Amino acid sequence: MNSGKPDFEPAIGRYLRVDIGGRPYRIYVEQAGEGIPLVCLHTAGSDGRQYRGLFNDAETLARFRVIAFDLPCHGKSSPPAGWHKDEYKLTSRSYVDTIMAVIGALGLDKPVVMGCSIGGRIVLHLALEHATRFRALIGLQSAAHAEPYYDLDWLHRPDVHGGEMAGAIISGLISPTAPEADRWETIWHYMQSGPGVFKGDLHFYTADGDVRGRVSEIDTGKCPLYLLTGEYDYSATPQLTRELAARIPGAEAVIMEGLGHFPMSEAPERFLSHLRPVLARIK
Amino acid sequence: MRLPAKPEELRVKTDVVERIAELANNDSWLVHRGRTLDTTFLLGIGDTDYLVRIHRGRVEAVAKGPFIQPRWTFALRASQDAWNTFWLPVPPPGGHDLFAMIKNRTLRLEGDQYSFMSNLHYFKDLLALPRGAAAGGAR
Repeated sequence: MNSGKPDFEPAIGRYLRVDIGGRPYRIYVEQAGEGIPLVCLHTAGSDGRQYRGLFNDAETLARFRVIAFDLPCHGKSSPPAGWHKDEYKLTSRSYVDTIMAVIGALGLDKPVVMGCSIGGRIVLHLALEHATRFRALIGLQSAAHAEPYYDLDWLHRPDVHGGEMAGAIISGLISPTAPEADRWETIWHYMQSGPGVFKGDLHFYTADGDVRGRVSEIDTGKCPLYLLTGEYDYSATPQLTRELAARIPGAEAVIMEGLGHFPMSEAPERFLSHLRPVLARIK
Repeated sequence: MRLPAKPEELRVKTDVVERIAELANNDSWLVHRGRTLDTTFLLGIGDTDYLVRIHRGRVEAVAKGPFIQPRWTFALRASQDAWNTFWLPVPPPGGHDLFAMIKNRTLRLEGDQYSFMSNLHYFKDLLALPRGAAAGGAR
């Protein structure tokens, strides 16, 4: 029997109605804390639960309004009407449009945007297209491109379980030293993604979102760019992040020991020890 | 009359693939996860080939090469060093996962990959069993 007050976490989730590219969407948004808006972008084929550690970090919530939304077709965000008639594919255009639409609908003034993996890629696009709209950009597992290392068709075919496949694929990108519960929660999120969604996100990650030709145009004088990459990531590798930082004057890269491709989710406390010094510099 | 071997002598003689088989068959959850599997794969450790027969998630047989006419559905081949690194309690980045090793070209995956890919987590955990044993328990 329970007595006293329910043990709620600080985050509150709501559904946001927003038009993106002329179509109506229903987007799930979680928020906690007060202060500078900090918009958090999840990885391909996952959802905002990856930021549960940040949503429970009192130190961050005292200075930042932490916001995470699930991309359409991810987590609790509905797919658009007619989703069943097309193959899902994330593009640079649709991803940027979605982020700008959500930020606009929430009325955020100069937010910080932090994204991981595909999110770490899209912050580079945001830096190129909308730098003055942001206070700072933080790329986790950020690289200008990705080399495929398996046939992506395995992720979406009726004779292989998509959730089991996605979970098994991404399991190796987690640090072997990650806490067991957080490792398996990270895998669980992947096991829940809809058919073809992870693969559709990787269309942006491996092909459409390749930004190698443009990253040297990023102006960190307009908007600071911080890069944090876990050492066990063989997709967005530390080497790719270092190469990226070397091409952007003023960009700062930190390689995080004992972390992989999902730092905020696979080992939240370890990740926060790297993130807090970055957040401390954002005023 | 032959004296029975002492336990420590047996342990020395038992090679790593037989150890994998024993650990797998004692792991009822792993066996359950592989319950639809019926396949034989080739495990290459340096110059030594093994044929590993999996039936309903159990390692039913292990044969050590060389073979004259081996039959298998898929093969995983890496150097002894690469496997030793993979089996460290805390392997270093790049040597810690089968797909990391495939990407780094320290592991070769050949043949019909369907049973491997459709049971990928089973095979990742199966082949990592020596690591779990060394670290004092499976992850």
